[in-house]
Amino acid sequence: MTMLEIHNLHVRVGGKPILQGIDLCVNAGEVHAIMGPNGSGKSTLARALSGHPDYQVTEGEVSYEGRDLLAMDPEERARDGVFMAFQYPVEIPGVNNAYFLKAALNAIRTHRGQEELDAIEFMALMREKSTLLEIDPSMLTRSVNEGFSGGEKKRNEIFQMAVLEPKLAILDETDSGLDIDALKLVANGVNAMRSPERAIIVVTHYQRLLDYIVPDVVHVLSGGRIVKSGDRALALELEDKGYGWLEPEAAAAAPAAKA
Amino acid sequence: MTTATRTIEELANREYQYGFVTDVEAETVPKGLNEEVVRLISEKKREPEWLLEWRLKAYRTWLAMTEPTWQNVRYPAIDYQDIIYYSAPKKKPTLNSLDEVDPEIRATFEKLGIPLEEQKLFAGVAVDAVFDSVSVATTFRTKLAEMGIIFCSFSDAVQEHPDLVRKYLGTVVPYSDNFFATLNSAVFSDGSFAYIPKGVRCPMELSTYFRINARNTGQFERTLIIADEGAHVSYLEGCTAPMRDENQLHAAVVELVALDNATIKYSTIQNWYPGDKQGKGGIFNFVTKRGKAAGVNSKITWTQVETGSAITWKYPGCILLGDHSIGEFYSVATTNNWQQADTGTKMIHIGRNTKSTIVSKGISAGHGQNTYRGMVKIGKQAHGARNYSQCDSLLIGDQCGAHTFPYLEIKNTSARVEHEASTSKIDEDQIFYCRQRGLSTEDAVNLIVSGFCREVFRELPMEFAVEAQKLLSVSLEGSVG
Repeated sequence: MTMLEIHNLHVRVGGKPILQGIDLCVNAGEVHAIMGPNGSGKSTLARALSGHPDYQVTEGEVSYEGRDLLAMDPEERARDGVFMAFQYPVEIPGVNNAYFLKAALNAIRTHRGQEELDAIEFMALMREKSTLLEIDPSMLTRSVNEGFSGGEKKRNEIFQMAVLEPKLAILDETDSGLDIDALKLVANGVNAMRSPERAIIVVTHYQRLLDYIVPDVVHVLSGGRIVKSGDRALALELEDKGYGWLEPEAAAAAPAAKA
Repeated sequence: MTTATRTIEELANREYQYGFVTDVEAETVPKGLNEEVVRLISEKKREPEWLLEWRLKAYRTWLAMTEPTWQNVRYPAIDYQDIIYYSAPKKKPTLNSLDEVDPEIRATFEKLGIPLEEQKLFAGVAVDAVFDSVSVATTFRTKLAEMGIIFCSFSDAVQEHPDLVRKYLGTVVPYSDNFFATLNSAVFSDGSFAYIPKGVRCPMELSTYFRINARNTGQFERTLIIADEGAHVSYLEGCTAPMRDENQLHAAVVELVALDNATIKYSTIQNWYPGDKQGKGGIFNFVTKRGKAAGVNSKITWTQVETGSAITWKYPGCILLGDHSIGEFYSVATTNNWQQADTGTKMIHIGRNTKSTIVSKGISAGHGQNTYRGMVKIGKQAHGARNYSQCDSLLIGDQCGAHTFPYLEIKNTSARVEHEASTSKIDEDQIFYCRQRGLSTEDAVNLIVSGFCREVFRELPMEFAVEAQKLLSVSLEGSVG
């Protein structure tokens, strides 16, 4: 079943065109990797899908479970199951991590017509999910991301994802800044979330993460367009050859997209 | 305009929910201020001669004083002859039975969420309710009296415990202290009085709710709290007023006295009417609050959440007289729309090894102007004195202002004084992060602001911490664009 369908998506940031005609179709149960050189628009795609106000959609459509995603506020998207793991998770001083997550979970549950979890039920859920990612319980009582190491922040993102159980998870360079142990932990967390009802989009610069989270489809972004799609072998090829060999294809794709 | 901005602007159109007027017959004295009015107030309250003399001394001193101008707030001149200095509900309630309180007034307090029936009160809070100038009801008096605790209206204290009142009145804030405190000393009409005897730990929160109702009326209440040796008390005041187009003056005085090993915790949730979105109306809140940590090891803590009033001018301070005494000041002050606040504290270290802590959180939104003004004074004899001050300002939007004026006066070289300050803007990325997790913009702002204020909220008694948080979110509605 098609979960996400992106058609001819153009996005500007601060007046500068970044995405210039993205077409992408993601089915439930699939893991898609979005790769590409720096500045190719990978993170822009992730942020535009999550509704960041600085990312202005100038053209194109995005349909999520048959609904117009672009017409939805960021919080509506979140409540309807779109989750983004941030490349740079934000610190919120003075706000307890567990309290924050409980507020988020209950906002989502209320939207879905489910009852809010009380403190005891919530703590039980936290314990269950935190074991998976080897989250230190003290991390839950600290302020959101405040004083967390880079690795802790990323693990906290995946932990939030595990608790919020989204339908569509977008991981924006979750592997950046992680050492190999943290990378494995994060990958385990993500793999545990794989299910026929859920789709995952992994945005990454390096193929390394894909050794642990094996994608069904790999897309290469360059100059704001998808220039090549393939299976896992494409990621390995990229590692081998770098992004340079795709430049001619990027050039070829450009006029086609304009037509 | 983003959807978020629109939502927030809709929310902003919600009204101040305490802005209603209660229709009760009131007994008022004619407008204006002169010696006759002072005598009339004293007479109505059947006061002893010494108190009338004290009022008159204050009045004569006040005549020679000029209104201070150093504060960082702007407001139209106050016409002191255009104010009614005394207004009392006509049906004088008997304090023996709460059933005899005017039903209209009872309904008012119920609307404010302050039921006066003792059995309905949330556990452990005794309430004194002050309506316009007069205390209308004090709950749990009998139960407290069994422990020797006196908790009643100031007027009752003058009648029933004149020696205590005479002994302590004006010992912390003298009648000649400052323009507004002196005015209060001349015309104060009522307020709360509490005395906790030696070694007694007050088993419940004491609380006063102040309500201004009548038009053109000033409210001048006076509160006096004495914690005798080894006594402990936690006290809370809340305030609301109707929405009116004209400004109303509130000039209160609070005096606290803590003897040896005594502790007083005084918390305020100030929610006077702040004026409308154009800055019309609202309460002028000029308040003098001071505590004297007179005894050794005594401790006074001020916690305030200031969300209301058009103008706020108050500096709850501590005179740290006793050796090893402690003074604390925790404050959250919010200014939204056209509100202005100039608030902070004074910590006067006199005794040895005295310690003070100041944590001030200022939040400015809309066209709000928020000033922290604090003084730390370390006297010659205050060996080993320590102070830690932290002043943080949070700005929401780009039309508001935050100002910090710390004054340090140190006359003892062994003192240690630290001051930290920060100013930050509410971060769009923080809001987006919360929204991406499913929270509305409004909830996101509330969450971020309550995180910013956490160090202060955790000093509030539990029940009121929740109230304070709610109040803060209401007062900041419409502040994010």
